[in-house]
Amino acid sequence: MAIEVRIPTILRSHTGGAKVVEGSGDTLNDLLTDLDARHPGLRGRLVTAEGGLHRFVNVYVNDEDVRFLGALDTKLNDGDTVTILPAVAGG
Amino acid sequence: MARYESLLDACGGTPLVGLPRLSPTVPEGAPPVRLWAKLEDRNPTGSVKDRAALFMVRAAEEAGRLRPGDTILEPTSGNTGIALAMVAKLRGYRLVCVMPENVSAERVQLLRMYGAEIIFSPAAGGSNQAVANAKQLAAEHPDWVMLYQYGNEANARAHYETTGPELLRDLPTITHFVAGLGTTGTLMGTGRYLREKVEAVEIIAAEPRYGELVYGLRNIDEGYVPELYDPSVLTRRFSVGTRDAVLRTRQLVEVEGLFVGLSTGAVLHAALAVAHEAVKAGRRADVAFLVADAGWKYLSTGAYGGTLSDAEEALEGQLWA
Repeated sequence: MAIEVRIPTILRSHTGGAKVVEGSGDTLNDLLTDLDARHPGLRGRLVTAEGGLHRFVNVYVNDEDVRFLGALDTKLNDGDTVTILPAVAGG
Repeated sequence: MARYESLLDACGGTPLVGLPRLSPTVPEGAPPVRLWAKLEDRNPTGSVKDRAALFMVRAAEEAGRLRPGDTILEPTSGNTGIALAMVAKLRGYRLVCVMPENVSAERVQLLRMYGAEIIFSPAAGGSNQAVANAKQLAAEHPDWVMLYQYGNEANARAHYETTGPELLRDLPTITHFVAGLGTTGTLMGTGRYLREKVEAVEIIAAEPRYGELVYGLRNIDEGYVPELYDPSVLTRRFSVGTRDAVLRTRQLVEVEGLFVGLSTGAVLHAALAVAHEAVKAGRRADVAFLVADAGWKYLSTGAYGGTLSDAEEALEGQLWA
């Protein structure tokens, strides 16, 4: 099952500079574990030691914030797009 | 009533207009799904930020933090600065704005015209950098008063006391409220009010997704979440890219004759998503969304002419919301 994952500039040191990588998993948690096998250290930048999403990281599945969909337990489907972005201010 | 003692008194009370052409068609016999636009461009300086600026200045005056002749300092990507510049002019304050250098030219011109002083922060890092620079300036100038829209409860309270009640008065059947997420003040204040009054109302955030430059932080810990933000007020949060925002902005002019700023295009994109879900589920929906400002200040960005791809390219690296 292929899920497209968009990586922000700040995390591309883990993906050899790649902007987009592919991964698989039934949930976001599974996907991040799968990605970490090929891109070591990536998961640790996104998930805290307590097992939650890092406060200054936003993850979107098909443009929707996963914190309102089940966070790391968010279900994923083939063809989904996952976007990772650092939290920035607006206003 | 349409007569006011001064421009400051003419803040708020904006129209809520139906969008019958843009609202999705429902199958015969199914409950209606309707879109409504709250026209915040009809405020004194043309944006929703007039509400927050007025409330923040009044709160500071009442607390004795601001006295005539004082200097107000504020990090802003534009609209808050313009609103504060007007309030500052009428109430007798000097205004210093810290603004990312990649905002539209019109915003800079408007601020200068109002007499505000602008200190630019680097484009990389966007508003995060403006906030950081303003905090440093505040430390260097202890006599300056930073209202700090990102953490000022009067920002959210402006919407709790005005925007929320106006919406409920004009649309008692409201089921969804959609607005842009910047300082989060609009969504926090309006959202809290509506949640208290309307059972099962959905509060939906639409957040602009810019080009990469804006997310060019040195590390994740430089990220920023406004102090006002309380995720429990929201039910959903969408990230909307430049192309979708431009597409919807143009659609509003073409279909409904409504000329809006680009952040409203992003908001409409999220509003249409929830409206179509309601149609699919056969549920009644009155989706109100907030038009933060009109399109005038963004004409120079290239968003309103040429193909969608031209516009997307022209907006790369700009803070369009």
